[in-house]
Amino acid sequence: MEKITTHTGIGVPLRQSNVDTDQIIPAVYLKRITRTGFEDALFAAWRKDENFILNREPYTRGSVLVAGPDFGTGSSREHAVWALKDFGFRAVLSSRFADIFRGNSGKQGLVAAQVAQDDIELIWKVLENEPGATVTVDLQARTAVCGPVSAPFQIDDYTRWRLLEGLDDIGLTLRHEPDITAFEATRPGFRPTTLPVRT
Amino acid sequence: MGKTLAEKVWDSHVVRKGEVVGAEAQPDMLYIDLHLIHEVTSPQAFEGLRLAGRRLRRPDLTIATEDHNTPTLDIDKPIADPTSRKQIETLRANCREFGVRLHSLGDAEQGIVHVVGPQLGLTQPGLTVVCGDSHTSTHGAFGALAMGIGTSEVEHVMATQTLSLRPFKTMAITVEGTLKPGVTAKDIILAVIAKIGTGGGQGYVLEYRGSAIRALSMEARMTICNMSIEAGARAGMVAPDETTFAYLKGRPHAPEGADWDAAVENWRGLVTDDDAVFDAEVYLDADDLEPFVTWGTNPGQGVSLSQAVPSPADFADENDRAACERALEYMALEAGTPMKEIRVDTVFLGSCTNSRIEDLRIAADIIRGRAKDPAIRMMVVPGSARVRLEAEAEGLDRVFKDFGAEWRFAGCSMCLGMNPDQLAPGERCASTSNRNFEGRQGKGGRTHLVSPVVAAATAVRGTLSSPSDLDPVPPSGSGMGAPGAFATTPSATPAA
Repeated sequence: MEKITTHTGIGVPLRQSNVDTDQIIPAVYLKRITRTGFEDALFAAWRKDENFILNREPYTRGSVLVAGPDFGTGSSREHAVWALKDFGFRAVLSSRFADIFRGNSGKQGLVAAQVAQDDIELIWKVLENEPGATVTVDLQARTAVCGPVSAPFQIDDYTRWRLLEGLDDIGLTLRHEPDITAFEATRPGFRPTTLPVRT
Repeated sequence: MGKTLAEKVWDSHVVRKGEVVGAEAQPDMLYIDLHLIHEVTSPQAFEGLRLAGRRLRRPDLTIATEDHNTPTLDIDKPIADPTSRKQIETLRANCREFGVRLHSLGDAEQGIVHVVGPQLGLTQPGLTVVCGDSHTSTHGAFGALAMGIGTSEVEHVMATQTLSLRPFKTMAITVEGTLKPGVTAKDIILAVIAKIGTGGGQGYVLEYRGSAIRALSMEARMTICNMSIEAGARAGMVAPDETTFAYLKGRPHAPEGADWDAAVENWRGLVTDDDAVFDAEVYLDADDLEPFVTWGTNPGQGVSLSQAVPSPADFADENDRAACERALEYMALEAGTPMKEIRVDTVFLGSCTNSRIEDLRIAADIIRGRAKDPAIRMMVVPGSARVRLEAEAEGLDRVFKDFGAEWRFAGCSMCLGMNPDQLAPGERCASTSNRNFEGRQGKGGRTHLVSPVVAAATAVRGTLSSPSDLDPVPPSGSGMGAPGAFATTPSATPAA
């Protein structure tokens, strides 16, 4: 995974709460077996409307999404994160993220920055008054800066560290493989196994 | 201080405790007892293993089934949609390569992953269960800690049989009292979600407790835990008890002999200690509950069936008001319309929430001897091939077919419309599934989430209904009269 310390890009104000992952990427696009190439699928239903924000300049080049509360609810599909990244997004700001979406973002190098709703409102105003204004997401300082607004954001220490260092999760875990093997030796014998097949 | 059920299961699976760095603890490394796999969220994970030259650590703790994409008609023919076919074929090839047990279309154990695990007896109390599907919370009904995960985590579990997780907060959802006839587990969970909101459970594991929960069957408990994710929670749990043990006993993968005794002894300890403290508590009175239905485009936008569609002005919060406005527009509903006057086009009985044998029995009992509203299309999709066989052995398939419903093969089907089972734009559906998001069941489709009871009554009356709205079943004459005779008569119109 690429290291991320700070990112500056065009902010996209999405004034909507409960943006679920079915909206971010409809199920019909989940049939692909690749991890990339989902840019066309991002918000596919909403993008049918030519006035939808991502169809308008300069937002087609947006890279910081500023959304309402409860972003990424619903299905666990990591495709939602892949689609946001493939479109060009590097960070999403919201006052509340669904747990699974937040986890998926951390694995894929998309910064899910939790910003107070009052600050989200201020950033929305700046972005709406000055379309094309940029947002700087500073992972080191945990701040999102947009015009005169400087908003602190929350992201857990572990995810932040992994993003800053660009570390691969599986590799980190496998450093402790002896611990896993030791744990396996202590598992109770009555725990089920899927093999051999019993009918 | 005592521990909650969730904390007990968590603590017994910590491979490595997260170190405290600065003010914050690093995540714990948790061992995973059961990994469920399906075709949609696994191909990229298998590919990741392959590219890194990693093995799948524990094929014997892993099981796969085909569910999201599979057709529910003509399952003996090749899958028509080439991208769906390719995804299924990819799962088959991956399972062969990595030695994973797979239940394919046509196999008696094929079906929705969250129906298959419990039915095989693989889902057991005290386990950690994960799957690349948010409704993995279903398995918490057994007192397992069960979570949906993304594809990166699927790959992580494949490679390490562990997950790095930060401890969750705990929330008690206590439901006391007795449900009225016609009120079900689905109504409990829809009411919970409406009460705490779609973000209310965020960061929490929910534990459902109280006399109303204890009185529920395992399948009803699964319905409740299933929709924990719709309240924003990562998992939902019910402490195991005699109902749990009776359900498990004799299932293919349940322990046997001395192992059974050891297991039950262990399971009896899986209850929240009296002196344990939850981070949050919510109460619900079962006596007051009525059938619950959704009017909007997220599962928190629900009301009692006897109520009316709300107005944006009813919401104090600006975001909620805007969400209501948008939802009413999408759903083509007028504020103030009684829910019972909303006419639907389609009734879908299925999904990992409500497709088990009890759900089918409940619905069949309501429609038996009654006529379907002729304008309604009703689809019945059993959760697994095994459920379908069981239903056919009881003659439920005849009841549905005589009523004029479509009797389909098992899969996720119209819950998310990845296969051909989709709503057309503007089509309105009373659905026993779990999500009423815009376009969830097909682009432009409009979903009302309901219980199997309401689904069945709605199919009779044509508008959202409960059995109490239906005319009594006509006497069957000789007692030999084919139920099909009623299917051709127009449905009784409700008394004006």
